[in-house]
Amino acid sequence: MLRILYFAWLRDRLGRPGETLPLPPGVDSVAGLISQLHARGGAYAEIFGRPELIRVAVNQSFATNAATIAANDEIAFFPPVTGG
Amino acid sequence: MSRVTIRVQAEAFDSAHETTALLAGQTEVGGVGAFTGFVRGGGGLVALELEHYPGMTETMMRQIAESACTRFGLVGCTIIHRVGRLAVGMPIVLVLCASAHRGGALGATEFMMDWLKTHAPFWKREEFADGSTAWVAPRACDDAATARWGTLGA
Repeated sequence: MLRILYFAWLRDRLGRPGETLPLPPGVDSVAGLISQLHARGGAYAEIFGRPELIRVAVNQSFATNAATIAANDEIAFFPPVTGG
Repeated sequence: MSRVTIRVQAEAFDSAHETTALLAGQTEVGGVGAFTGFVRGGGGLVALELEHYPGMTETMMRQIAESACTRFGLVGCTIIHRVGRLAVGMPIVLVLCASAHRGGALGATEFMMDWLKTHAPFWKREEFADGSTAWVAPRACDDAATARWGTLGA
């Protein structure tokens, strides 16, 4: 199962800290997963329709939308970081 | 091997105590660069709520610290970052860099703060006196400051 995590205002907007789901058929990249999430409509469409606003990590490392993903990966979506 | 300490915690930190720990038994240190970040008030701000991505946060902090040690030849360094609700005036982050010379100590302190601000997965939510809240937006100047260092790898 994919483990998907949402942080900061993404979590607020989506109303959940994360979810688990099977790797959707035909999806093998972050970009593919973003299209699947976007297709859900509502807040998902608003957020994942603007990928320039979000950052992604695959297995706790920063990744690009071109990064490949596999079953059992941990994928996190979040806004640009603001610590320090 | 450089002495690297990384901590994410809700509790306050004591920079004097952390400096003593960083220096314990070291004889090659000529200076310690130190930065403490505080919750800056203004505009009705009451507090910040700091959230992070457990696991990835510590990994990124360690990468940043180890990269600084290699690049600046540090004897050791310490990064402590607080999470949770922090009122105006409270300390948020501590960076200490121990080096043989001042240049390395101060340069590494700036390097680590620049990378922490742009690559460690923390997010701040502002809480105002009227009860409203707002997520802090990233600042382009922080990205520009980090870009001058090139890549994180030493």
